[in-house]
Amino acid sequence: MSLPTDPFLAADHRLVPSAGGRTGAPEDVVVLGRRRLVLARLRRNRAAMAALVVLVLLVVAAVLGPVTYRWITGWGYIGQDRTALLQPPSAEHWFGTTLIGVDVFAQTLRGLQKSLLIGFLAAVISTGLAAVVGAFAGYLGGWVDRGLMWLVDLLLVIPAFLVVAVLGRGLGEAGWPVLTLLIALFAWMITARIVRGTTLSLREREFVLAARFSGVSVPGIVFRHLIPNMSSLLIIDATITVATAIIAESGLSYFGFGVRPPDVSLGSMIAVGTPSAFTSPWLFMFAGGLLVLTTLAVSVLGDGLRDALDPGSTRRAGR
Amino acid sequence: MIRQEPTTSRAPEGTAPLFEVRDLTVAFVGESGPVPAVRGLSYALSRGEVLGIVGESGSGKSASALAVMGLLPSSATVSGSVRLRGEELLGLSDRRLARIRGSRIAMVFQDPLSALTPVHRIGDQVAEAVRIHQGVSAAAAHDRAVELLDAVGIPNAAQRARAYPHEFSGGMRQRVMIAMAIANDPDVLIADEPTTALDVTVQAQVLALLETARRMTGAATVVITHDLAVVAGIADRIVVMYAGKAVESGPVVPVYADPRMPYTIGLLGSVPRLDRPGRPLTPIEGAPPDLARLPQGCPFVSRCPVNVPVCRTIEPALEPVARSDRRAACHRRGEIAFGRIGGAPVFPLPEIASAREESPRDGRPAVLEVRQLVKRHPITTGVVLRRRIGTITAVDGISFDIREGEALGLVGESGCGKTTTVMQLLELAAPEEGRVSMLGRDIASLSRDGRKHLRREVQVVFQDPFASLDPRLPVGDIIAEPLRAFGVSLDRRHGRVRDLLDLVGLSAEHANRYPADLSGGQRQRIGIARALALEPRLLVLDEPVSALDVSIQAGVLNLLEHLKVHLGLAYLFVGHDLSVVRHVADRVAVMYAGRLVEVGDADEVFGHPTHPYTQALLSAVPIPEPGTERQRTRILLDGDLPDPADLPSGCRFRSRCPLFARLPPERRRRCSDVDPPLEPRSTGDHQSACHWARDNPILPAGAGRSRTGRSDTD
Ligand code: SF4
Ligand code: SF4
Repeated sequence: MSLPTDPFLAADHRLVPSAGGRTGAPEDVVVLGRRRLVLARLRRNRAAMAALVVLVLLVVAAVLGPVTYRWITGWGYIGQDRTALLQPPSAEHWFGTTLIGVDVFAQTLRGLQKSLLIGFLAAVISTGLAAVVGAFAGYLGGWVDRGLMWLVDLLLVIPAFLVVAVLGRGLGEAGWPVLTLLIALFAWMITARIVRGTTLSLREREFVLAARFSGVSVPGIVFRHLIPNMSSLLIIDATITVATAIIAESGLSYFGFGVRPPDVSLGSMIAVGTPSAFTSPWLFMFAGGLLVLTTLAVSVLGDGLRDALDPGSTRRAGR
Repeated sequence: MIRQEPTTSRAPEGTAPLFEVRDLTVAFVGESGPVPAVRGLSYALSRGEVLGIVGESGSGKSASALAVMGLLPSSATVSGSVRLRGEELLGLSDRRLARIRGSRIAMVFQDPLSALTPVHRIGDQVAEAVRIHQGVSAAAAHDRAVELLDAVGIPNAAQRARAYPHEFSGGMRQRVMIAMAIANDPDVLIADEPTTALDVTVQAQVLALLETARRMTGAATVVITHDLAVVAGIADRIVVMYAGKAVESGPVVPVYADPRMPYTIGLLGSVPRLDRPGRPLTPIEGAPPDLARLPQGCPFVSRCPVNVPVCRTIEPALEPVARSDRRAACHRRGEIAFGRIGGAPVFPLPEIASAREESPRDGRPAVLEVRQLVKRHPITTGVVLRRRIGTITAVDGISFDIREGEALGLVGESGCGKTTTVMQLLELAAPEEGRVSMLGRDIASLSRDGRKHLRREVQVVFQDPFASLDPRLPVGDIIAEPLRAFGVSLDRRHGRVRDLLDLVGLSAEHANRYPADLSGGQRQRIGIARALALEPRLLVLDEPVSALDVSIQAGVLNLLEHLKVHLGLAYLFVGHDLSVVRHVADRVAVMYAGRLVEVGDADEVFGHPTHPYTQALLSAVPIPEPGTERQRTRILLDGDLPDPADLPSGCRFRSRCPLFARLPPERRRRCSDVDPPLEPRSTGDHQSACHWARDNPILPAGAGRSRTGRSDTD
C-alpha cells in the first residue's frame, strides 16, 4: 500500500533499509514532538492565520482601545455629552451617540471587551469541563462513571434560566464573572456525554492499551491520547460555545441579569439598539458587526486548529 | 476424516476457452484524474480449470474480479473484454448481467457475514438464490436449499436452515456462501479471498469444499488470494499481479519451482514455510508504487535488486518465457533461472545473526513462569440490573515458562483463549487462580511500585499497526511515550528515539512524521521500537505480522530475529499462522479451548506432533509448493471449537477428535471420562494431553530433525 505523504513534513517515500541498515546521519535530525509540528502546520493555513490576526486585533482593540479613545477624544463609555444626543457618527463621536449622549464607539469597545471575556471564558470552562469529565467517566467506568453521569443528568434537568436569574439578581456590578461561570456551568453536559461515548470506543483501541501497558498513568492517557483524539469535536464545541455564550449573555442582559447599564456588552448594545435599527442604525450596527466578526474569526481559527491537529486532514483539504 | 487430496492433473486439452478475459482495465476516480487499478489483465479458463490470482493489497486482484462480475460502482471505468462461452459480458445491461450473475457466474466473497442478509433465515436466502434463476416453486426451492446445505457439510441441514446468519460461525457462513454459489450450477466460480479471515483448520475445510464444488459443477474457478500456499494447493495455473498488471503467469508447478519475475521470486522467498524452518526469509524492500503516480518503466523497479537502466524507461510486457506456456513481465526474464541470475541469487540472503547461543535451557533463568493460570469471564444478562448467570472459563489452568533469550510460540485458533491469556499477563494483575511470576517475582505479591517497575521489563507489540499507534501523535512522541512515563528527561528521550529508530531499520526523519504517512511495515517497526524503548526482557508479540503483506512480513520477522539475538530478548509470540510461528519460535505451546494440549521444543512438536489436534493443525497449513502440497494428507476436523460454556466431558477435543472417532469403544470411554493431563512424551520436555497420543509426523520428510525413540505411547 502506498500512502500519500504529508507535503510539508517529509520529502518522499524513502525506502526503509532492513534491520541493521543505516541511512544518513541520524544525529542531524531534530525530533520535533507534537506541539511544534502542530504549530508548524497551523502556520501554513492562511485562513486560520488571518482569523488569528483578526482575533488578536479585536483583543488589542478591546484592551487598549478605550484608553486610547479617551486620550484622543476625551470620551469614555460612562460620560454623557449633553450637547450631542442621538447623533450619527462624526469626528467628535466616531460611532455617534446614544439617546442620552453616551459615545457609541467607547461603548462598543467596552462591550467588545466584556463579550470577548465572557465568550472565551465560558467556552474554555465548559469545553474543558466536558472533556475532562467525559473522558475520565468513560475511561475509568465503574462508580466514577455512574457518579459523574448522575451529576450530568441532574444539571440537565435543572432549569438553568431560573438558577441564573436567582443567583444573578443580587450580584450587581461585579456580577459578570459569576454570570460567565453560570453560563459555562450549564453548557457542558451534552458535550460531556458525547465525549464519554467517544471515550468508550477509544478506550478499547490498541494504542490506548499500548500506552497503558507501557506504564502511562490514567491522567497521562486521558490528556495525551483520549482528549487529543477528540480534538475536532472539542474545538467545534468550543467555537460554538464562544458564540452561544456571547449571545446567551446578551439575552440575560436583556432581562436585566448580568451586565447592567451603565456597563455594556455587545449583547446588551444590540438588545438596546435593535428597536431603532432603521432610524438610528449606528446604535447596534457596529456592535452587531463586531459580534459577527468575532464568532466568524473564532470558528475559522477553530477549523484551522482542528486541521492542524488531525494529521489526516491536510491531504483532504489539499492546503 | 483422513482424505487423500486428488493429485490427478485436470488440465484439459484442445478445448475452446469457456471463460476469457482480455485486456481488462479498471480505473477509479481519484483526486487528480483517474487512478488505474487494473492495467490490462488477460486470462482464459476452460471447464473445470482452476486459476489462482495472487497479489498483495492494492495489486488490483479484487478490482479485477469485481469488474468481471459487473459489481464495481458506476464511477469506475472498465474496458477490455470478458467473454463467457463467447458472449461478451462487459457493457451488458444491469438486468441481463444480474441474470447471468448468480446463475452462470457465481462469487464467493471474503466476508460472508456482509454478503448474507442478517434478517433472513439461511435457508430462505439459499432458496431465493435457487428460485430467482430456476423459477421453481417455493417448496421445491426450500428442499433444494436444504439439499445444498447438506452438500456443503452443514450438519442437521434441515434444522439449521431455519437459523439466521449471526448464529453461524465464520466457517459455516462461508459454507452457506458456497452453497448459494453452486445452487445454479454455474459455469464460472469466482472466490475472492475465500479463506482470509478464517482459522487454519476451517480454511482447510473451505478449500476442500471449494474443490468439491468445482467437481460437482465442473465450473471454471478463479481463486483470488494473497496466500501463495493456498494457490499451490488448489490451482492449475497462477497469475501473479503487481501494480494492476499480471507480471507472471503459467502452470503452478513450474512457476513455483522456477519463477522468472523478480517479484514472484521475492514473494516466494519471503513466505515462511512450515517445512523449511531454518530457511532465511528474503524481504522485498520498499512498498508498492502509488498507482496514482506510477513511475515510468517497470513498476517494480524501485524494489527490484537486479534492475538495469532499461527498466526505468520501458515497462516490460508479459511475454512468453522460452519454450513454454509461461509468461513473465521482466526485461531480464531470459537470464533468470531458479531464483538466480548469473549464478547469484536475485534476492541476496539477508545476514541473520544465527548465533543463537546454545547454553542449555535449564541453565537459563526463567523470564516468565505461569502455573495453572485460570481466567473466567462472567456471563451476565440485563442492562440495568446485571445478573450473573454463569461463567465462561476462557483459560483453564495453563502452565508454561519462558527462559531468557527464548521465543515461545503460543498457537491456537480464535476463541481458544490465547488472547485472554496474553491480556491477563500484560495487566500484571494477580490472577484469579494460579500463579504468574515474572523475572522471579510473583505478580500477586507486588506492590503498586513494584508493578510499575515490572512494566519496564514486559512490553507488547500488537497485531494491527494501524490501530496500535495513536494517529494524533508524531512517531517520535509515540516511541518516547514509555520513556516519558518513566520520567526520562527530554534530551535523553530524543537521543533514545533516534537510536531506536535506527535499531528497527528506520531513519531518524521518521520521528517527525505521523503514523498515517507510513506504510504498514514501517508502522509495525515503530510499534516494535516503542516496545523496546524501556529495554524490556520479555516482549509479548500478539500476531505482530498477520496484518502485513507477505513481502513486508519477512522484513519484520527478520528484524525480530535480529533483535532477539542481539538484545537477548525473550518472546511470547502469539499467532495463528503456524508457518510464522515455526519460523520464529524455539518452543511451542498449542492451545485448545482454554487448555494447553501440547508443549515442547519447536522441532519436536512440529516434527513429531503427538496430540491429534496439533496433528490436524499442522496438516491444515498449506505449503507454498505445489508438488509437496498436493501429496499431503489432510486431516480435516469437523465443526468448530466447542462452546466454552458447555464443554464436553473428559477430553475437550473429543467432539472433533479424529483419533477418538477411530478408537474402539472401550478406549473411547477413557476419553469421555477422564480429562487427559499434560504428560511427557519421548525425549526432552515435550508434553501432550491425550490418553492415546502417538507420534504422527505430518510434515513432509526433512521438516524436523530425525530422531529415535518410541513413537507410540501406549
Ligand atoms: S524489468 Fe527490471 S526492474 Fe522490472 S523486474 Fe525485471 S529486472 Fe526488475
Ligand atoms: S484424549 Fe481421546 S479425545 Fe482427547 S485427544 Fe486424545 S484421543 Fe482424542
